[in-house]
Amino acid sequence: MMLAAVAYPYRVVERNVVSYRRLWLVLVSAMFEPVFFLFGLGVGLGQLVGDLEWYGEPISYAQFVAPGLLASSAMNGAIFDMTFNFYYKLKESRTFDAMLVTPLSISHVMDGEMAWAMIRGGFYSVTFLGVMLAFGLVTSWWAVLMPLAALLVGIAFAAMGSYGTTFARNWQDFDILFLITQPLFLLSTTFFQLEVYPSWARPIVQLTPLYHGVDLMRDLALGSVDGSALGHVAYLVAVTVIARAMVNRRMARLLLT
Amino acid sequence: MIPKPVVASDLTKRFDSFTAVNGIDLELEPGESFAMLGPNGAGKSSTMKMISTVSPVTSGELKVLGGDPQADGPAIRARLGVVPQEDNLDEALTLRENLMVYARYFGLSWSAAGRKADELLGFTRLEDRAKDQVVSLSGGMKRRLTIARALVNEPDLVLLDEPTTGLDPQARHLLWERLYQLKERGVTLLLTTHYMDEAEQLADRLVVMDQGKIVAEGSPANLITQHVTKEVLEVRFASGHEFDVTGLGLRTEPLADRTLIYTDDGEGTLAKLVNDGHTPASSLVRRASLEDVFLALTGRTLVE
Ligand SMILES: Nc1ncnc2c1ncn2[C@@H]1O[C@H](COP(=O)(O)OP(=O)(O)O)[C@@H](O)[C@H]1O
Ligand SMILES: [Mg+2]
Repeated sequence: MMLAAVAYPYRVVERNVVSYRRLWLVLVSAMFEPVFFLFGLGVGLGQLVGDLEWYGEPISYAQFVAPGLLASSAMNGAIFDMTFNFYYKLKESRTFDAMLVTPLSISHVMDGEMAWAMIRGGFYSVTFLGVMLAFGLVTSWWAVLMPLAALLVGIAFAAMGSYGTTFARNWQDFDILFLITQPLFLLSTTFFQLEVYPSWARPIVQLTPLYHGVDLMRDLALGSVDGSALGHVAYLVAVTVIARAMVNRRMARLLLT
Repeated sequence: MIPKPVVASDLTKRFDSFTAVNGIDLELEPGESFAMLGPNGAGKSSTMKMISTVSPVTSGELKVLGGDPQADGPAIRARLGVVPQEDNLDEALTLRENLMVYARYFGLSWSAAGRKADELLGFTRLEDRAKDQVVSLSGGMKRRLTIARALVNEPDLVLLDEPTTGLDPQARHLLWERLYQLKERGVTLLLTTHYMDEAEQLADRLVVMDQGKIVAEGSPANLITQHVTKEVLEVRFASGHEFDVTGLGLRTEPLADRTLIYTDDGEGTLAKLVNDGHTPASSLVRRASLEDVFLALTGRTLVE
């Protein structure tokens, strides 16, 4: 049993590796997006903004923005595979139906798809972390945990994204996805500190999943790890576990009729 | 002892209040080729999905390859080959990759998967297209690839849901020929179709399904002798010269554009009509087919 629980998802990952072999440019190009933001905003805007204060210490704007961009790119990496591509396999090419008449079960398929999204997201976060290191934007040994945190952000959004996708009726429904992810990207303290928001808006920001990812990443990059970091981890783990269980049930309802 | 590939008794599938499969009994023998013949909506695909373990049984009994679809799904599917009604090939992959990736799901090593893929591309005459993308294939080629994919695990039972619907005659014949080869190798085939010629070509035994129920069962030849005459005389009268043929032959069946007269001697019956001065505008004597069986049993034609 143990073996099947690993071996079958592994073969689903392999399928994605094979299918992306010809599309490696798509994979690699997404790697540059957060780098562009880092230089465009972090360095450019940073000149105007000047230094910020973080736990009483002065930090550059680039130091502030970089961890947020890492968390956002972990979200975006997972979202793409687990929404558009997921919908395509679920409703258009019906790849999942084909998988489910082999020994694979729904949980194997979902584990495999999640693992693939993790691998892809992990690759982006490690390369971006390299850029951060090269430009001296990492100031703490806690930063070695950043790839793990990126995986956690990725899996949380992979689970939520695929769950939401099971409700999509057509491609137009994905406009809603942008209505959710764009504000998340812009407003989850990625670019501004929480104190900048009006006091009524702060609790709302703090409820959103990306906020927890961004703040966790910043704590690790800048060495400000305290109890709140554990809270962020707990929030992301809870979201993952709940969404993951719900998506399995939805998939069974859609595919095992 | 080899278990019977499929045993169903009083098998029922309901979607909410709608009954798609209404208490059917099936029993397949190892190595035989069995067809479910019926029009659209008869419940053929619903039955196939229950057998392929991806659709829960509403009520009744179902055993597939000796196992219970609910409890033994993975073990059953490991020995099953499934060709669904709609092709669901992996469009992101080439033909060969489609087969290899699928073989991996069944636990083959990459090198075994590669050998299997090449063998099956040869078997389905697709070896020239091995490196092409699936989207570039014709309908008949996609169907052949789907069949090849269903064979990667050397299944004991192959389910084929309308294997040739929508294909041109040439593509159909090539497919039939491949399926015939499979049958000769001793693979148990369960296929659905609404083409009576397909059932006649491929099936040792068949059931006729209509509105979720089995209305007849037997070999194609048996069903014809049981339910209809050896020959059918089809006649069409010029307008204004209609003639009531009731009483001619054993049974008559008026259709929109022509009338069928069931008789053991078509030419004789036609000669009688002509002698009596009721020469039809056109006539045709043919052997009775499963289409006639279906018409006799349900009063409707198979393909509308
Ligand atoms: N998932 C479903 N939900 C509701 N009704 C369904 C579903 N699948 C099939 N049906 C209905 O069940 C009947 C039998 O369908 P099906 O088994 O596909 O017939 P066939 O394959 O013989 O054409 C049809 O009337 C069809 O509309
Ligand atoms: Mg069907």
